[in-house]
Amino acid sequence: MKENRSGLLARDGTKSVLASLISIIIGMAVGAVIVVLVGLFNPGMGLKTMWEGVRLVLFGLFSTGRDAAGSLTFGFNPTNMGDMLFRATPLILTGLSVAVAYKTGLFNIGAPGQYLMGTAATLILSLSIPTSVVPAPLVWVIAFAGGALAGALWGCIPGLVKAFLNINEVLACIMTNWIAANLVTWIFDNGSLFENLQNHVENTKTAYIYKTSFNGVETSKMGLDVIFPNSQVNGGILIAILIAVLMYILMNKTTLGYELKACGANRHAARYAGISDKRNIVLSMAIAGALSGAGASLYYLAGNTEFYWISAYQSLPATGFNGIAVALLAVCNPIGVIFAGCFMSMLDIVGLQLTNLTSYNEYITDVIIAIIVYLSAFSLVIKLFISGGGRRRRKAAAVKPAASPEPAAPPEGGGGPAPDGDGGKGGDQA
Amino acid sequence: MTFLIQQTLIYAVPLMIVALAGVFAERSGIINLALEGIMIFGAFSGVLFVNLVQRTGMFDAAKAANDYLALQGFELMAMAVAAIMGAIFSLLLSFASVNLKADQTIGGTALNLLAPALVLFFIRIIANQNTLQMYTGDAGSWFMIKKSMFGYGRSDEMGFFGSTFIDKTYIATYICILLFVVLSILLYKTRFGLRLRSCGENPQAADSLGINVYKTRYAGTTISGALAGLGGFVYALTTANCAATGEVAGFGFLALAVMIFGNWKPLNIAGAALLFGLFKCVAASYTSIDINGDGVFLLAQLGISGHLYRMLPYLVTLVVLAFTSKKSRAPKAEGIPYDKGKR
Repeated sequence: MKENRSGLLARDGTKSVLASLISIIIGMAVGAVIVVLVGLFNPGMGLKTMWEGVRLVLFGLFSTGRDAAGSLTFGFNPTNMGDMLFRATPLILTGLSVAVAYKTGLFNIGAPGQYLMGTAATLILSLSIPTSVVPAPLVWVIAFAGGALAGALWGCIPGLVKAFLNINEVLACIMTNWIAANLVTWIFDNGSLFENLQNHVENTKTAYIYKTSFNGVETSKMGLDVIFPNSQVNGGILIAILIAVLMYILMNKTTLGYELKACGANRHAARYAGISDKRNIVLSMAIAGALSGAGASLYYLAGNTEFYWISAYQSLPATGFNGIAVALLAVCNPIGVIFAGCFMSMLDIVGLQLTNLTSYNEYITDVIIAIIVYLSAFSLVIKLFISGGGRRRRKAAAVKPAASPEPAAPPEGGGGPAPDGDGGKGGDQA
Repeated sequence: MTFLIQQTLIYAVPLMIVALAGVFAERSGIINLALEGIMIFGAFSGVLFVNLVQRTGMFDAAKAANDYLALQGFELMAMAVAAIMGAIFSLLLSFASVNLKADQTIGGTALNLLAPALVLFFIRIIANQNTLQMYTGDAGSWFMIKKSMFGYGRSDEMGFFGSTFIDKTYIATYICILLFVVLSILLYKTRFGLRLRSCGENPQAADSLGINVYKTRYAGTTISGALAGLGGFVYALTTANCAATGEVAGFGFLALAVMIFGNWKPLNIAGAALLFGLFKCVAASYTSIDINGDGVFLLAQLGISGHLYRMLPYLVTLVVLAFTSKKSRAPKAEGIPYDKGKR
């Protein structure tokens, strides 16, 4: 019986993946149900729109628009796929940021603020250093490092006040978020130091900062534009995946990672064992901040993205908050974050398709994300449920002597990956 | 001065009532990080109610006849709706954290993500834009208390007290203050309040004395949800002209800070809320504050950027917390799911 328990289903990792998949399925189902309900109670929509909405919620990534007859068509859409990878880039990094802090027992809700500081530093560096003097690739590297550093410094603040003044990090993070929001607006405002970075060339626009491509600085496409023509994808996604792998190694294979996790498991026990808990808390928040800042760098260094500075103090960047969802969905596993990030950005694409093609709007995907986060709050219960079901089935198998416990596993494992296939495939192709 | 006091009250009262909402949840042992989300949901429910009732034309006659009593009743009904919807929304949090013993921080964050998403989804479908407003008129003409209601003419003076606390105020502000006092007494001077607090300090001991910890925690969170929903609507009514936009500018989180700064005690919270209300008021209207009434707008003439004033509430929170957090004493059992078998 001991050997049987070490089967695929009994492993904790498998259970976590299954729990996440169940969360995703329930989240998508609830989203579809809301679409149906709204369609039923809204006389202006009708059954046709409702059915289109449901199909787009579930398969929006493969939407290829409408055909001549006006009905939705589906198929492989390289533009959508590439855009998904592009949008996944910052999400993977903010997700990593939240995940690393979570492993140290800290809830990094400050990712939006760190992301904003990273944005500001990246834009200032990449636009102020003249590419006629310094070669563009070097400017790219400086701007990227600057963004990460700014995020790290901003992440340090909640870490420091948590470690030395015992202020709840959630609260400190929220305050630093809004301080960052106002600070960034201030930096780019009229009459401020970096006023000259406002985009006055494209006349129709106000309150936008130049794209980094105006200074000739942009992330290399690394051949991805050949695979995904007409999309925004660039080498950033590869860098993000590389960073995720590095974070996996850092957290699981190094002394530092062990110390960080020890602090997360029990701060007092860690100190008793000779690990400096204060140092590790600050360090963990700094790493988390650097990851968020790097996410912002990769997003804005793409060259075709613009920063709308005046919005900053009114609302925090959603990428930061969605990082929480990504991390929780991935059960804070750095490798899982890659897939969770792709899944979240797929939902983003779904939202765009919904807004463009039907009278529904993109906020339904935010509802789906929120439901997934809600479910991941009690992923423990779902895990218990899975192992409970597994055990019951194993008992049933034991009654029939011929049947081995293995056949019990495939139905759940095999049925599960289908909805995640979108995210998984995207990650593999990158 | 009149302007300053009125504006400060407008910002302080939602903060105060939502911070009290936090107290009811945390004193019963549940961390309610979802205050912001519940506020957003409450604001939306209240505004939607106002919008829908206006659509039916039920109060048009009262409005035309300047029947202030009926209009104030309408406002109270909207407040009640917001509170009820807030309570219902908060059940999601209680269910996850009491029945399923889930991580309360994550549950609260999920609600914070869910509320704006749901609200914006529906606002876009109902109003075809990102803001849901009143169907006709504005909050001032429908709900505001004006001196004409008391027989004063346009140019009559009401005196300092009258012009500060009666003219151009909302009844919602005073209802909230009254509720704050009543609920604080409930928390400290009644059997229910004692039981609620015991569940946040030592639920095992409370259980051994025959108190149903699960029910008490449900009660705490539900009261919390109702108050936060109410606070959200009051915020939308008094500061945003009765419009729902799917956000409350971080007031829910600010209320959490007020609660911690106020050490989970109502009287301290009222003081803290007034302080933050003052800073929020300065941030919102530093260009038009005339402190001693001599026509000089001191704060605007200091030459400090408005961004600094907007940053100030958050900076001050952080600094003040730095000085007080060593002494702060959270309810002992908050955030820990109650497990009967554990000791």
